[in-house]
Amino acid sequence: MAEFETVTHDVLVIGAGGAGLRAAIASVTAGGGLTVGVVCKSLLGKAHTVMAEGGIAASLGNVDDRDNWKVHFSDTMRGGQYLNNWRMAELHAKEAPARVLELEAWGALFDRTPDGRILQRNFGGHKYPRLAHVGDRTGLEMIRTLQDHAIHLGIDVHMECTVLTLLKDGDRVSGAFAYDRERGRFRLFRAKAIVLATGGIGRAFRITSNSWEYTGDGQSLAYQAGAALQDMEFVQFHPTGMVWPPSVRGILVTEGVRGEGGVLRNSEGRRFMFDDVPENYRAQTATDPDEGWRYTQGDKSAKRPPELLTRDHVARCIMREVREGRGSPHGGVYLDIAWIKERLPNAADHIKKKLPSMYHQFKQLADIDITKEAMEVGPTTHYVMGGIRVDGDSQMSTVPGLFAAGECAAGLHGANRLGGNSLSDLLVFGKRAGEHAAAFARDHGAGRVNDAAADDGARRALEPFERQGGEGPYQIQQALQHTMQDLVGIVRREDDMRQALGRIADLRARAQRVTVEGNREYNPGWHTALDLGNLLTIAEAIARSAIERKESRGGHFRDDYPAKDASYSTFNIVIRQGADGSMQLTREPIAPMPDELRTVIAEMG
Amino acid sequence: MATTTVAEKSPAPTAGSPAEAGVRSATFRVWRGDATGGAFRDYTIDVAPGMVVLDAIHQIQAEQANDLAVRWNCKAGKCGSCSAEINGKPRLMCMTRLNDLPLEKPVTVEPMHTFPRIKDLVTDVSWNFRVKKGITKFTPRPPDAPDGTWRMQQSDVDRVQEFRKCIECFLCQDVCHVLREHEKEDEFIGPRFLVYVAALEMHPLDVADRVPELQKSHGIGYCNITKCCTTVCPEGITITDNAIIPLKERVVDEFYDPIGKLVKIFSRKRRS
Repeated sequence: MAEFETVTHDVLVIGAGGAGLRAAIASVTAGGGLTVGVVCKSLLGKAHTVMAEGGIAASLGNVDDRDNWKVHFSDTMRGGQYLNNWRMAELHAKEAPARVLELEAWGALFDRTPDGRILQRNFGGHKYPRLAHVGDRTGLEMIRTLQDHAIHLGIDVHMECTVLTLLKDGDRVSGAFAYDRERGRFRLFRAKAIVLATGGIGRAFRITSNSWEYTGDGQSLAYQAGAALQDMEFVQFHPTGMVWPPSVRGILVTEGVRGEGGVLRNSEGRRFMFDDVPENYRAQTATDPDEGWRYTQGDKSAKRPPELLTRDHVARCIMREVREGRGSPHGGVYLDIAWIKERLPNAADHIKKKLPSMYHQFKQLADIDITKEAMEVGPTTHYVMGGIRVDGDSQMSTVPGLFAAGECAAGLHGANRLGGNSLSDLLVFGKRAGEHAAAFARDHGAGRVNDAAADDGARRALEPFERQGGEGPYQIQQALQHTMQDLVGIVRREDDMRQALGRIADLRARAQRVTVEGNREYNPGWHTALDLGNLLTIAEAIARSAIERKESRGGHFRDDYPAKDASYSTFNIVIRQGADGSMQLTREPIAPMPDELRTVIAEMG
Repeated sequence: MATTTVAEKSPAPTAGSPAEAGVRSATFRVWRGDATGGAFRDYTIDVAPGMVVLDAIHQIQAEQANDLAVRWNCKAGKCGSCSAEINGKPRLMCMTRLNDLPLEKPVTVEPMHTFPRIKDLVTDVSWNFRVKKGITKFTPRPPDAPDGTWRMQQSDVDRVQEFRKCIECFLCQDVCHVLREHEKEDEFIGPRFLVYVAALEMHPLDVADRVPELQKSHGIGYCNITKCCTTVCPEGITITDNAIIPLKERVVDEFYDPIGKLVKIFSRKRRS
C-alpha cells in the first residue's frame, strides 16, 4: 500500500452540520472515553444548517398549551402522506422538546414569550405555533451553539476534508479514505463506527437553495458500500426561492414570511392559495383572508391561512399560476408581507425585527424593500426526504457500523417534510446516531482496513490530472443540473425521466474522461470533478425511483399519474447496488403501525 | 424604487447603475498565487443584471480558470465564507453587487491580508478556531424552574442576540490594525472574539467571570477603539460601542479601581 497519513478514531462523523455536530457530542459524552473525529468539506460552522431560517419544531407548548407530542406526530405523518417511518416520527415528536431545551442549556438564546420562555412561531403543516426560533436566523444560532459546545469536549475536527470512499472489513465498515482540500493529500481514517451526516443533494438541480457542498456524498458513499437507500423520488421543492435577479435565483425565502402574515398573490392580485385547498387539510384551513390573518396573530380560534399548507402543495400551486400565465415578470409569483401595514401600526419595524435577514437579503441583493414592496418568488430545490435507509431507533444503515442522521438519512419525513422538522430531526437523530455509534464502537474491535481499496481510491482520484484533452468538470455538472431540473423536476413524466436516464449514462461516460488543470493544492476544479460521481449516482437513484412511483404524492408529482394511488401507500421504494454494479429497485412494505399510534392519528383527526 | 403595488412594478432593473444600464463586460484583477508568492491576473467576463463579485469569480472559475481557489457556501451573507478584499476593502464577495462598483476600471479581488495565504483567495484562518477554544466556555446558572428550564425576558436577550448574529467571516479580524499591521496574534484575540466574550459575559444565564482573562491573555488593552471593525461588519454589529467598550469598562472596574474592587468583594459579582 502507498503511504497515507493515517488517523484513528473510535467514532468518525462525516459532516459538521447540525446532525454531525450533535452526533459527535453524543459519541464523545457517551462514556468509555471514546475518541471522536469529525470531517467536513468546509470550515467549521459553515454547513448548510447555518442557512436554516424558520425554526426548530418541538411541541413545547409555550405559546399554545394544546400542543403535545401526539399533535406533532400526527402533523408529521399527515405531511409525509403516511410513508414515514412511524417509529422515527414518534421518537422525533417525543424527544424534540428536550433537544431544544438542551440547546438553551448550552447557550442558545431563542426569542422569548412575555413570561420569559422560548417563543414559538407558526409554520406550514404544524397545527399550533411550534417553531422555537431566533428571528429568521435560527440555523446560525443552532450551529454556533453546537460548535461552541463541541470544541470543549475533545473532539478532533478535520476541516476542509472530503471523503472519497468508505472502507469495509467484510460486511462491516472499518474506515474512510479522504483527501484534504487544502493540500490535496490523501488521508486514511480508521474507525470502529461511522456516522454519515452529509446533508442533501441540491446541487443535482439547476435552481437550488443548496451550496456547492450538497452533492449527495453520504447517500452515494453508503450506496457504494452496500447500504440501501429509500424514498429517493421524494425531493422537496421549497415554494419560495428568490427568482430575480438571475444570480440569486434559488436562494431561500423563509416560510417564516408566511408565518408572520405574508400572502401569495398572482399577477392579477388574487390570493390563489384559497382556490385549491386539499381535502385532507380543508378542516384545518381558514375560509377567508381575515381568519388567516387572525391565525398568524395568535388567535387560537382561527384556522391557518392556505399559504401555510404543506410545501409540496404550495410549490405546485405556484407552478400552476406561472404556467397559466398569471406569474410575475420573472417567472414567479408575489409574496407580500408589506401589506400587513394595513393591520399593524409599526409594520415596517415589526417586519425588520421578525425577518431581519430577509429584509437584508432583498435590500442588498434585489433592491427590494420588503416592508414596502412584494417579493418575487418561485420554487427552488431545497431538500431530499429520501436517503439512507436506517433503523428508526439506532439510525444504523443496512451496513453494520455505518450510521446516518439528518438529511442524508431517510424515514422521518416520508413523502414531504414539514418546515421546522429538519432542525429537530438533526438534533434528535444526530444524538441517537452518535450514541448508537458509540455503543457499536464499544462492542466491536477495530476492523481491518483494506489497503487495496485505499490504493484504488487514490489512483482513481488522480486520474483527472493524468488525462489530456478531456472536458472540464463544470460543463458536466451544469449539464446534469439542466437534465434534472428539466426532466426530473417538480412536474414529472415517464418519457422525460427515461430520457434523463439516458443523459445521465452519457454524462457518466463524459465524467470518466474529465480533465482538470493545475495542481492538487486547493483546486476547486479537481474537487468538482471528484464530486461528479456522487451527483450522478444520486441523480440516477432519483430518476429510477420517480419512474417506479406511478402516482403523485407529497414532493413527487407525476403529470401522467396526477392522482394519489392507495396501492402505493403501503411500501417504500428501496435501492441497492446489484452484484453486477447496476442499480436495483425493490418495493419494501411499510411495517404496520402499532395500535397506540393509530389511535393517536385517529384522535387528532 | 418607490413603487408600492405589485401591479405597477417594472421588471426593468434599477436604472442608472453601470452593470445594468448596458455595460456588457467587466475586468477582474484577481490575485493568483500561494504562500510562496503570486501576482494579479486580469479576467474579462460578461456581466448580467444583479451580479455580485462572487458570481464573477464563479464565472471565471467555470470558464477561464477551473483551479481558481475560493471559499463560499450560502451565497446570501449568512455563512461568512467568502471574505476577501475588493478594491482594497474587506467585504463578503456574495454581498457585493457589481452595480455598486466602478466597472470602467478593473475590480481588484485579493485574499484577506491578515491571514497566511494558502492559494488564490483562500487564506489560513485556523488561528481563529484556536483562539475560540481558549475562551472560558458558557457556564449557566442553575435552572430557574423545577423542569430544568430558565426564564429570560426578551429585553434581556436583545443585547446578546446582536452579538450572536456574528457569521464568523473574520473581516473584523482582517481589518484590525493590531492584527493586520502589528501582528499581535499571540497577545490579542481580535474584535471577533471580544464580541464572543461580550456575548458570554452579557448572557443572562452565564455566571463565569472572564474579566481577568480579558485583561491578561485576551489583550483587550491593545484595542484603541478606531472602530474599523464596526465599519466592515457585514452583519452591522456595533462591535466597538456595544461589545468592546463595555468590556473595557469592566476591566477598568476590576483592575484599576481599588475602592470599587473592595466594594465588590462584599457584594455579588456585578451583572449587567
